[in-house]
Amino acid sequence: MKQTITVTINGKAYSHEVEPRLLLIHYLREVLGLTGPHVGCETSICGACTVAVDGRAVKSCTMFAVQADGRQVVTIEGLAADGALHPVQQAFWEQHGLQCGFCTPGMIMTSRQLLERNPSPTEAEIRHGLEGNLCRCTGYQHIVNAVKAAAQAGK
Amino acid sequence: MISQSFEYSAPRTLAEALALLAGGDAKVLAGGMSLIPMMKLRLAAPGRLVDLSRVPGLTGIREQGGALHIGAMTTHYEVESSAVLRAKCPLLAETASAIGDVQVRNMGTIGGSAAHADPAADYPAALLAVEAKVTLARKGGERTLAFSDFLIDTFTTALEPGEILTGVIVPVEPAGAGVSYQKMLQPASGFAIVGVAARVHNGSVRIGVTGLSGKAFRAAAAEKIFAETRDVQKAAAAVPLGVEANSDIHASADYRRHVAAVYAARALNAALSRAS
Repeated sequence: MKQTITVTINGKAYSHEVEPRLLLIHYLREVLGLTGPHVGCETSICGACTVAVDGRAVKSCTMFAVQADGRQVVTIEGLAADGALHPVQQAFWEQHGLQCGFCTPGMIMTSRQLLERNPSPTEAEIRHGLEGNLCRCTGYQHIVNAVKAAAQAGK
Repeated sequence: MISQSFEYSAPRTLAEALALLAGGDAKVLAGGMSLIPMMKLRLAAPGRLVDLSRVPGLTGIREQGGALHIGAMTTHYEVESSAVLRAKCPLLAETASAIGDVQVRNMGTIGGSAAHADPAADYPAALLAVEAKVTLARKGGERTLAFSDFLIDTFTTALEPGEILTGVIVPVEPAGAGVSYQKMLQPASGFAIVGVAARVHNGSVRIGVTGLSGKAFRAAAAEKIFAETRDVQKAAAAVPLGVEANSDIHASADYRRHVAAVYAARALNAALSRAS
């Protein structure tokens, strides 16, 4: 049976009737047209679908949209404010923290969480913190550099 | 959209959750980190999900009478980052930090993991080594069971139909206890190929092992050898003896047994180095 949910996404409240089996990633992409979060593996491994729900980085392929009822969701589209990139986005750009870009929205959302919890991470802590995000271009070194640069810029 | 349809309820009280669960084909949804992947694979097809995330009183950590009461819906991240647990039950905090990845730890819960009883999950090794208990609520009552009695077999626990696991109770560790959790992980999933939790106090050791066999277990023979000889290598070598080991594409049974002894020695040595 369909249920009505109200979710605040990137600061704006949306209300929709959805089936319980609709995954959050599909709600974001197919109902709301927010195609920043990507569907990579759809098995909770790759992290390309990572968004923030009530401030916590989660894999939106492993959560039903109904679970997000009443909660605050932030996607990659919600990071830049007034045309200025978020410091983590800026650092990924400057440090060339992406090649094909498919994993980038998830990488940035997880990096943002990492820096919120630990503003001055070591390289080992960055690598541990990004274990839930895979990059098939294997551009990890530049991603780690980008997180370091974002940490530095945040000081 | 996953293929099977189901009903979804998010009760606001435990009584309401228990009533919904009594309705037959229903399953509790905690963090969903195991259940949702299983539903995608059609390994689970519940008719109704009863989401506990809005039931008050199921999260958080409180100290009472020399024990720490951890709400079933407390996430792995909350356990790993809890100052109270880091100080008073560090084995649990250390083990939580080794689970999956940060996104999984943000959603996954200690109660969900305990009730799921995955033979490769990390928590069971630590819960056995600290001699944890679980509280199970049913309509009109509650019971407390030792985690070792709760865990029956692969994906099988003592939870009766209609019961909900509401909390985990762990003792406050005495000063001088040393602990460590060491695991060889399957790099794609992060699950333990073998994980060993060791807890040393006053020369006696408790060893919890996960990933090696159909269910997590206490390595009683190894514990006895250590108590008698204080010999880490002899005790560690006894951990896989007589165990019917799992075998899969990641690790054969013989290899798992070998790894179990190696990681048991690492966990014991690390725990001893932290004990005083």
